[in-house]
Amino acid sequence: MADISTLNTTVAGFDAVSSRLASGPSGRKPRRMLSTRNIVLYGTLTVAALYYLLPLYVMVVTSLKGMPEVRLGNIFSPPLEITFEPWVKAWAQACTGLNCDGLSRGFWNSVRILVPSVVVSIAVASVSGYALANWRFKGAELFFSILIIGAFIPYQVMIYPIVIVLRELGIYGTLTGLVIVHTIFGMPILTLLFRNYFASLPVELFKAARIDGAGFWQIYFRIMLPMSLPIFVVAMILQVTGIWNDFLFGVVFTRPDTYPMTVQLNNIVNSVQGVKEYNVNMAATLLTGAVPLIVYFLSGRLFVRGIAAGAVKG
Amino acid sequence: MAAHAPTGRPNQLFRNLNAKIASIPMMLVALVIFLGGTIWTVFYSFTNSRLLPRLNFVGLDQYERLWASSRWIISIQNLAIYGILSLIFSLVIGFMLAALMDQKIRFENTFRTIFLYPFALSFIVTGLVWQWMLNPEFGVQSVIRSLGWTSFAFDPLYNPDIVIYGILIAALWQGTGLVMCLMLAGLRGIDEDIWKAARVDGIPMWKTYLLIIIPMMRPVFITTLVIIASGIVKVYDLVVAQTSGGPGNASEVPAKYVYDYMFQAQNLGQGFAASTMMLLTVAIIVVPWAYLEFGGRKRG
Repeated sequence: MADISTLNTTVAGFDAVSSRLASGPSGRKPRRMLSTRNIVLYGTLTVAALYYLLPLYVMVVTSLKGMPEVRLGNIFSPPLEITFEPWVKAWAQACTGLNCDGLSRGFWNSVRILVPSVVVSIAVASVSGYALANWRFKGAELFFSILIIGAFIPYQVMIYPIVIVLRELGIYGTLTGLVIVHTIFGMPILTLLFRNYFASLPVELFKAARIDGAGFWQIYFRIMLPMSLPIFVVAMILQVTGIWNDFLFGVVFTRPDTYPMTVQLNNIVNSVQGVKEYNVNMAATLLTGAVPLIVYFLSGRLFVRGIAAGAVKG
Repeated sequence: MAAHAPTGRPNQLFRNLNAKIASIPMMLVALVIFLGGTIWTVFYSFTNSRLLPRLNFVGLDQYERLWASSRWIISIQNLAIYGILSLIFSLVIGFMLAALMDQKIRFENTFRTIFLYPFALSFIVTGLVWQWMLNPEFGVQSVIRSLGWTSFAFDPLYNPDIVIYGILIAALWQGTGLVMCLMLAGLRGIDEDIWKAARVDGIPMWKTYLLIIIPMMRPVFITTLVIIASGIVKVYDLVVAQTSGGPGNASEVPAKYVYDYMFQAQNLGQGFAASTMMLLTVAIIVVPWAYLEFGGRKRG
């Protein structure tokens, strides 16, 4: 098979050459690859790219070294002897306070926080966005404006009132409380995202469904939802990275044994007791960064679309 | 009525009932948390609440104490230095990277992925990595010294005078990718013909950027500015992870002041006053922008 296909391309190449010879030069003048412009352009971009990659490289390299090698100096040198012990230690043995069961606890806490928060915040925001886009009622735009302006209010201003509300409801410090907090602060951006998306869908579809007698929920579940899977994915990317990376709400609204991964990581690395184990610290940092990084590398363009939708249209 | 709802039956309260029910969470959040919570905090910043909020008004006492506190002054100074520099640098670097990316280059996706990946990481991760990179014993300083330049000194995290620049380096690493993306989207929105016209007129490229493209991208710049600025005021996790406010209190920021007074020093009144000042800072940035934005939309 391989032979035949190379033969084919060679034949095609011959054809192309012979026809070009017959009709004289055609097409664009070939650009020189190594012009000064290109050297400067790609040179600058490559240097910048290396700078951005450097911390990631240092993290990986440090986490694979043993402590004696780390102490020898040079954070940029590749490990002489690769060891995965720091990773094991970061995951299963690193200490925060009296607990010495590693970051795994924080990881599972974060998962337990992440899943319901993402589901609830997207469900609530998509329904609100749908109501705003297709079922406008008097005053709806006012609430929406408050919501959007509220997105700029520093969290610190609203944290204490929320603590009081949650305490009155008896859910301060519980998982439910934190899910509510993430739903609240995810609402402005997500509602905006969904509102704009639903408003961009053809109105005729909505009208046709209305004429056929479909109601609010029926249209939502049977027309809007199936048609807007991409925007749900974008919203999911936004929320997964946002909630996983959250620190402030984790500190304020959870208790030490339910601290999310970011909080626990900070406690492990910045603890004052004991000898600093830089390799374990870097392994722990990488482990915490792994989830959003994986989401980022897998989602590619959608991630960019998410932040652009959130930012530019805001 | 003003509503353009598809159903034209005028039955005020019960019209669109399902939509109203579905919007209850949004209304509650807007009214109770965003509006109510903010008013509540501002209101209680005039009381002398300590462990619990109390309605014992003391006028502007908390604010006087706030502005008399050296820690708050340092926080504000740090925020100003950090804010102004990170605005300038992230706009300049972000725009330059975007301009380079807009030259119809190869591997555009690869470069974009590299520039933007730090933005996916949390401030905690960012802070801890740069804490390690800037570690004077093992990090950049020691590497450069070992190359022969033995008097080289760069230890921002241990030097109170320059610690805020250490935080700035980390913040720029994390955030410039986003600015680059926004700028690139703006550049892509500019008509090819403008470039052609400029080339025909023989205007050099840098001049085209400076005098034609950048003025045309004003809306993108303003939006980016508002996004970066409102992020700057919130800066908290990065400082906690990288320096915990140290050395001493040389790298304190307002958001950290608020948290520490509310949840650690049991001095709610101070926390409320400080957070009200943060709100004021944001309002100074956002209100003019929102006025232009929303005012323009109504006319259009």
